[in-house]
Amino acid sequence: MDAVLVLEDGRVFPGRSFGATGERIGEVVFHTGMTGYQEILTDPSYSGQLVTMTAPHIGNTGVNDFDPESFKPQVAGFIVRAYSEDYSSWRARGSLAQLLRDHQIVAIAEIDTRALTRHIRTAGAMRGILSTTGEAVATLLAKTRQAPSMEGLDLTRVVTCDESYGWSEGSAPFGPDYGTTLLPPLTRHVVAYDFGLKRTILRRLADHGCRVTVVPAQTPASEVLAMQPDGVFYSNGPGDPAAAAYAVETLRGLLGKVPVFGICLGHQLMGLALGGRTYKLPFGHHGANHPVRYLPTGRVEITSQNHGFAVDPDSLPAEVEITHINLNDQTVEGLRHPGLRCFSVQYHPEAGPGPHDATYLFRDFVSIMEGKG
Amino acid sequence: MPRRNDLTTILIIGSGPIVIGQACEFDYSGAQACKALREEGYRVVLVNSNPATIMTDPGLADATYIEPLTVASVERIIARERPDALLPTVGGQTALNLAVDLHEAGVLERYGVELIGASVEAVRIAEDRQRFKDKMIEIGLQVPRSGTVHSVDEAMALIGQVGFPAIIRPSFTLGGAGGGIAYNLEEFKEIVERGLDASPVNQVLIEESVLGWKEFELEVMRDRMDNGVIICSIENIDPMGVHTGDSVTVAPAMTLTDREYQQLRDQALAVLRAVGVETGGSNVQFAISPTDGRIYVIEMNPRVSRSSALASKATGFPIAKIAAKLAIGYTLDELPNDITRETPASFEPTLDYVVVKIPRWTFEKFPQADQTLTTSMKSVGEVMAIGRTFPEAFQKAWRSLEQGRLGWGADGKDQINPERVRERLITPNPERYFYLRYALQSGMNVAQINALTHIDPWFLEQFEQIVNLEGRLRAFDLSNVPADLLRQAKRMGFGDAQLAYLLRAPRLRHAWDAELAVRARRKELGIFPTFHRVDTCAAEFPAFTPYLYSSYESEDEAEPSTRKKVIILGSGPNRIGQGIEFDYCCVHAVFGLRSIGYETIMVNCNPETVSTDYDTADRLYFEPLTLEDVLNIVDLEEPDGVLVQFGGQTPLKLARALEAAGVPIWGTAPDSIDLAEDRDRFGALLGRLDIPAPAHGSATSGEEALEVARTISYPVVVRPSYVLGGRAMAIVYDDETLERYMREAVDASPEHPVLIDRFLEDAFEMDVDCVADGSEVVIAGIMEQIELAGVHSGDSACVIPTYMVAPEHVAMMQTYTVQLARALGVVGLMNVQYAMKDGIVYVLEVNPRASRTIPFVAKATGTPWAQIAAQCAGGAQLRLDDQYLHVMVPGQTEPVISHKLDTGEHNQKYHVKEVVLPWARFPGVDTLLGPEMRSTGEAMGSGATFGEAFAKAQLGCGQDLPLSGKAFLSVNDRDKASLLPIARDLAAMGFELLATGGTAASLREHGLTVTSIYKVNEGRPNAVDYVKNNEIALIVNTPLGKASFFDEVAIRRAAITYGVPMLTTLSGAAAAVQAIRALADDVWTVHSLQERI
Repeated sequence: MDAVLVLEDGRVFPGRSFGATGERIGEVVFHTGMTGYQEILTDPSYSGQLVTMTAPHIGNTGVNDFDPESFKPQVAGFIVRAYSEDYSSWRARGSLAQLLRDHQIVAIAEIDTRALTRHIRTAGAMRGILSTTGEAVATLLAKTRQAPSMEGLDLTRVVTCDESYGWSEGSAPFGPDYGTTLLPPLTRHVVAYDFGLKRTILRRLADHGCRVTVVPAQTPASEVLAMQPDGVFYSNGPGDPAAAAYAVETLRGLLGKVPVFGICLGHQLMGLALGGRTYKLPFGHHGANHPVRYLPTGRVEITSQNHGFAVDPDSLPAEVEITHINLNDQTVEGLRHPGLRCFSVQYHPEAGPGPHDATYLFRDFVSIMEGKG
Repeated sequence: MPRRNDLTTILIIGSGPIVIGQACEFDYSGAQACKALREEGYRVVLVNSNPATIMTDPGLADATYIEPLTVASVERIIARERPDALLPTVGGQTALNLAVDLHEAGVLERYGVELIGASVEAVRIAEDRQRFKDKMIEIGLQVPRSGTVHSVDEAMALIGQVGFPAIIRPSFTLGGAGGGIAYNLEEFKEIVERGLDASPVNQVLIEESVLGWKEFELEVMRDRMDNGVIICSIENIDPMGVHTGDSVTVAPAMTLTDREYQQLRDQALAVLRAVGVETGGSNVQFAISPTDGRIYVIEMNPRVSRSSALASKATGFPIAKIAAKLAIGYTLDELPNDITRETPASFEPTLDYVVVKIPRWTFEKFPQADQTLTTSMKSVGEVMAIGRTFPEAFQKAWRSLEQGRLGWGADGKDQINPERVRERLITPNPERYFYLRYALQSGMNVAQINALTHIDPWFLEQFEQIVNLEGRLRAFDLSNVPADLLRQAKRMGFGDAQLAYLLRAPRLRHAWDAELAVRARRKELGIFPTFHRVDTCAAEFPAFTPYLYSSYESEDEAEPSTRKKVIILGSGPNRIGQGIEFDYCCVHAVFGLRSIGYETIMVNCNPETVSTDYDTADRLYFEPLTLEDVLNIVDLEEPDGVLVQFGGQTPLKLARALEAAGVPIWGTAPDSIDLAEDRDRFGALLGRLDIPAPAHGSATSGEEALEVARTISYPVVVRPSYVLGGRAMAIVYDDETLERYMREAVDASPEHPVLIDRFLEDAFEMDVDCVADGSEVVIAGIMEQIELAGVHSGDSACVIPTYMVAPEHVAMMQTYTVQLARALGVVGLMNVQYAMKDGIVYVLEVNPRASRTIPFVAKATGTPWAQIAAQCAGGAQLRLDDQYLHVMVPGQTEPVISHKLDTGEHNQKYHVKEVVLPWARFPGVDTLLGPEMRSTGEAMGSGATFGEAFAKAQLGCGQDLPLSGKAFLSVNDRDKASLLPIARDLAAMGFELLATGGTAASLREHGLTVTSIYKVNEGRPNAVDYVKNNEIALIVNTPLGKASFFDEVAIRRAAITYGVPMLTTLSGAAAAVQAIRALADDVWTVHSLQERI
């Protein structure tokens, strides 16, 4: 079936549908990772976005039970160059298209994703509509232009969990023992705010000896502090951090009282809570190959990234230390406030998908909780 | 920290002659390293025995030594140049091994030379398979069960634990030479014996087979701050069991989830840390079980490798350049990514396209060789293609291979034996992919094929899609094929020529008409290619480097300039007869034309080359060299000219079609090139110029051939027209053999007649290269071949200047050459082959194009002839005064460039080129030299005497010459008289003489002391026994005719196995004797090119 992507600036990309039928509007972003489409699809941070994969072949390894980052695909729509209905992987349980159809995700293939990426790179991230309905382009364009922009949009309330739950599973082993669940000894208690939390983060926390209680985004600080956690984790998530003022307020109520570690949206909220500002990047960082320098050692980490906003370094008070910078565009990738025992990174040290270079940050979190940091 | 300031001079070791498993990828890496270090201000000293390299051009290093890669030779260089450091990681295994040898010999310590880029310890761990495995287990990684043995007995004891099939890998050999897979005890014993023998340390690894597991490679870089990045993942479509050099590979990996990929990434970085690669690039190979994801580490190379060259070309990340910079102190984040400029090199390239590499074999040159693909590499070259999808890249790669096929089938040329389909799928071989296609077409399903081949189902399904589309296309013809189907076919990588076949496009006058009809039709339908940039970042950042590939997408990124420009067509995949020499010529064409103001545009599909480096030409199109693909680029770029004479036969084959399509061809006219190949026209020209040639004719059928042969009388040399490297060339003595040749060896047709020449037995052959601008002709060099007529010039050692030719004959060749160049209107290069017999100089062949010998001549004379020739093609004129050759550009009164000509007034007067032959790779193949070229590479030696130069050339090819011991002599009656002075010299130098009956008797008659030994068929112990017992140091054995054929084959084989130098011609033997004397007197010295020029 034919499908079409219409961007808000009028550019049209025709292709073929391979997911659910219908229309979906969202912000069009591109992801340059060459592996990990299942993790990307299911990452709640992509809520409200039409995600373009720059890697040409998608679907090759099907979908499996282990790799999802949440219980369902979260993207608004999915855009690829060449979809493989036939898949090959010893872990696969089904095809990608089936998963997308099961969860009503509209997807388009056979479009020139490179041209689309180049367009977004120069024109900036923009809204688009993905449609299989055969409706006129002019109509689709009008609908796109009426949709709200990502800037000022708080999506955390949409993706957060309804009620709190506990987590104690570590990363599963690979190879012949695949499928078994590791239960590491858990000596610390971490409360994780779910603004769109990825499962890999929970597994990494468990790997590092943390029993996790996941709480809904709007849980008041007092309620969390009453749990007497060793640390609080502020999760990744979709949308504009500046629109989630409630979460900034909550964080202000936690800082100084308990160690806090933030990732991605959690990092942006940290920047805001510490008195800084955030701004929208032209087309964001979405990929698995961004070099980030960890300033205390000078070493470079190859990182997994997924964000459209960043913290403005000039807006931060003097006592906040910039710990990480992106070597491609020199944007802030990490900060810490030693006095308040809190730190955060803009990128994804948990990977899933992406390189594992920054796993040390989970150890650092434990050290801080142990009073060593 | 930026560059190290405590180093001033750095020595780089190259990889020597081209051999199977170590080809021109190391010219690419060495050249990059030279450039990288010099741009940092270091003084670079380079040593490499291979003259056909860009890295040995005098402009690339401060001191360039074309000298043997031996401890003795490099020690002399170190003593003269006193480098502070040695970079051994860009010259393949040869350079690494030599660096370890230099360390062990105490040379590095003695002269205070620091090894940079690799430590001796890291090299040892990576190369010693047992230590490597121990190390892997120590860091918690898994490896196949295995053990190291030093004898057959130890191997027999171990096999119980490992089980069959078992892999046998000799330590320290190139490309896995001497290894194999054993399925039973008998085979096991045989391969272990061979492997122990092949290993310089008599050690082999016996290993659990992981046949059929998925195979991956990661290219990794690490700096001294422990920053590590993966440049590229490469997936072998052929699963474990086939050497990666013989596998079809794809980048990036296609069938891994992120979980699996990240495990490989973590492990690859852990391997580098454990082995101790502190800076530079490495390649780590993995096997993954397709059923449970278990990962085994297979091996690692702590240096730039063939795969790194592929990865560099596949990603646009210059691994060798960056490795050199890391070695001198930089960290990855301090170096910019050249392509994006804005971002640093400390990142991991991401691809939004697919790259496919296909090996190129040359089994037609070795008909007796076993074509089964195993863990020992057999291919001699490779092609790479880039497409937006796997099917597109895969089909473009097949189209690039130039093996007489239009692509991956779809050309009506399938030669399938339906009886053998299962076998050809199960046992890897060069035809496997064509059988795979046939299997899909005949209804075998993916699961069945996967069970036979273990090729991952994802790839098989992609193949199935190609085959299915082909089926849909066949339902139409060119006039009614729907536009969207045609577009889909182009997007899947089908070539216009394949579509012409599938859609039954009409062929009118020329072979290329049908293809052009498809081209015209798709243009009518609005189906045009688009060009895209290899940008390392999937379009996330703008790319500044015009490194381009084609696809069928919605927008074009080529942005051609409006400058005056020229397209240079490259030489495609390396093969025997057309290798690095032609890439050298193309690169020089770029240098030459750029220096006179042209924008240079390179088209090539060989990832191993310097020509496909993104900073060689101004613009690079990584594309197949077919009419379709070249015309696409011409349409886009609208060049002022296209150069077809520098890349060997590959571009020449396109010349007429390009010309017919209105493309401006520069240099010598295609018609002149044709004239030289057309016996009748060429014969008429020689007649007109009154230049002697052997009696000759041409034939398009067997009967015609017999008639011609009888007229000119036997023996005759027969060969097809338009070939390089003596492909299917033979010397024929009788009707019967000629009939068989015409029937079996060639496919003669009116378009491609067979050429028949009278064979001049015992003649001396000469090669002359010249450059001409249309009127002025300058002789570049005259080479005398050391082997007699009958040995292909590409397989013969040769020397500059001639040393046994009378001055009047030299003058005659010069005159003939000038006459021929003028008569043919040569603009650029021309090569003439002469034979001398009984005081007459005959012209054997004229090739008005770049020749294989040009790089050697350029190095011997210190003049960049290929550059000058390209400038002539670009309209420049030559002006000669006594010392200088000036290049004049129209409209300018001063020369743009002046080259000082070599006067020979220095102590490096003689220059010898020697060749290397791939016998060790092909057990069972007869090793006698003949008119069909079979050498893979060459080395050069220069010296004050012929003997010194010849000795160095031998050492440069890895052939040690003995200074004492027993010399075994066995020659035919004709040679007996000429053997005498050689035997006397050997005896005088202290050699003990052994000889077979007749030879011994003849030598004794002249008073020499000779021990008689048996021929192989006479009794025991015979000559072969002596060789196997390491009792013989040197063999002189000229062919005795059919009777002793098997005897000679056995001796030659033993000589190769045991590394005993063997001379099969007396001229070669005489040269060897002079060389031994030069070595024995120990008077040889080393000199840099720069000292001479």
